[in-house]
Amino acid sequence: MKNEHGKSLLLSVVLFALFIGVWFVATQPKESAQQSAAQDEYAALMGKGAAKSGGFPPPQEIGKAIVTHLSDPFKDNGPNDKGIAIQLGHSLGRVGMGFVLAILVALPLGFTIGMSPLLHRALDPFIQVLKPISPLAWMPLALYTIKDSDLSGIFVIFICSVWPMLINTAFGVANVRKDWLNVARTLEVRPLRKALTVILPAAAPTILTGMRISMGIAWLVIVAAEMLVGGTGVGYFVWNEWNNLALPNVIFAILVIGVVGMALDRCFAGLQKLVSYTE
Amino acid sequence: MAFLHVENLTKSYPGNDAPVFENVNFTIDKGEFVCIIGHSGCGKTTILNALAGLETASDGILTMDGREVAGPGLDRGVVFQSHALMPWMSVIDNVKFGVRSRWPDWRKTQIEAQAAQYLEMVGLGHALQKKPSMLSGGMKQRVGIARAFAIQPKMLLLDEPFGALDALTRGTIQDELLKIVQATAQTVFMITHDVDEAILLSDRILLMSNGPRARIAEIVEVSLPRSRTRHDMHHDPRFYRIRNHLVDFLVSRSKDPKPADETHPPVVRPGETEPAPDTLAA
Repeated sequence: MKNEHGKSLLLSVVLFALFIGVWFVATQPKESAQQSAAQDEYAALMGKGAAKSGGFPPPQEIGKAIVTHLSDPFKDNGPNDKGIAIQLGHSLGRVGMGFVLAILVALPLGFTIGMSPLLHRALDPFIQVLKPISPLAWMPLALYTIKDSDLSGIFVIFICSVWPMLINTAFGVANVRKDWLNVARTLEVRPLRKALTVILPAAAPTILTGMRISMGIAWLVIVAAEMLVGGTGVGYFVWNEWNNLALPNVIFAILVIGVVGMALDRCFAGLQKLVSYTE
Repeated sequence: MAFLHVENLTKSYPGNDAPVFENVNFTIDKGEFVCIIGHSGCGKTTILNALAGLETASDGILTMDGREVAGPGLDRGVVFQSHALMPWMSVIDNVKFGVRSRWPDWRKTQIEAQAAQYLEMVGLGHALQKKPSMLSGGMKQRVGIARAFAIQPKMLLLDEPFGALDALTRGTIQDELLKIVQATAQTVFMITHDVDEAILLSDRILLMSNGPRARIAEIVEVSLPRSRTRHDMHHDPRFYRIRNHLVDFLVSRSKDPKPADETHPPVVRPGETEPAPDTLAA
């Protein structure tokens, strides 16, 4: 088992090295592209200045970008030159706010729907229609009604997080083993205590699964939302660096988004493990 | 006046014209151990659930201790067929859950002590902090029994509690149950499929005919001394007479018992040498 782990790790490292190597070779400046001075000048006039557009950046430039950004993650030199940590902070803040709002709505509502088959059937058409809507489609409506780009971002996170949580909570609550509910009934357990000590722990793994899915979607959506809304956040950072044509910075930001997304997912996996039980 | 009265209990489900069982009548005295035996589908579990208040019968009257049974309550302890322990709670927490429900005003230490005492009684004093998933089927069922006993109910309802256990484990737990019941003079109503188990534990055995329109065809009095044990019971010739009578019923007579309108089933004592007229006629 231990050995298997080591092998897979080794393979990962080899694959990574291979990937970087191919990347490095593919982005070498071409020998045959020796151009005359006149051609250079023409290119410069056409706005394809050789100084900036050296084609796709080679891996060492990404490395340089990573070092530069990570060496000063908290810098704040105006709206277009903020450190990555500050941008991440803004993004995580929005995701956190939207997510907590979604919990506040989805948990009680999911509980109610899960307990009442009547409500479940009544609300199901609405949920089914609202669920597949891309959260970004809400953006214009949010901007128009809320009139605040920051809050609109939070709203978009809320609206995309709420459905998986709601559906999973309702499912988890509705499928609590009848036996456990019967135990509570024969012991004359009051409704609130029953909800907290029987239904909640029984449904917790399913609820956490919903939250984990929600968090994954929220982290996907925040980047797009911030590209649209602008101002701050890691999504805006990507868009801004694209406008600067600073591809190494864009690639750096992509990496950061991936790593943070993975970390968030790990957190929820840990929480899931905490509340799971074996029958 | 008997402790529990069941009068003309009938259960039918909408859409089915024939009721599962009808006109079920029996009584249980305080401190009595009564088993019910019958083939699957005759509604034994429904009768037990009606006594527990978990299901409502379509017709009939249920009274316990002079009061009508309406809904589930702490005066009846239920041991479920599938043990129904909460897997996220430790063994003692499962029992404490019941104790706290029964006596919400008790102090923590008092609840803890009560739960531990009853787990000790079923021989699980060493496994208090274990999760149910770490226990064997027999141990889980013991926790279920401890949980039901710990609330000191007026009556205990057991829904085939040993059905899923192997024969050896079953024997040990039967012995334990017998000991506890004798010590506490608990009133018990139990479903079983096991003829030997019924003879070992019960004072009386209710025999149900097959469903639909099942009813109690006979009430068998177990005339063995109450001090019987699993080890010496089968040396008593009465044991075999009772056993044969039960098996005969299950194999051949349960399909077509005598008069269908019989609401007050005959009481028989097959253990005695003089067979009752009922058995002769059969």
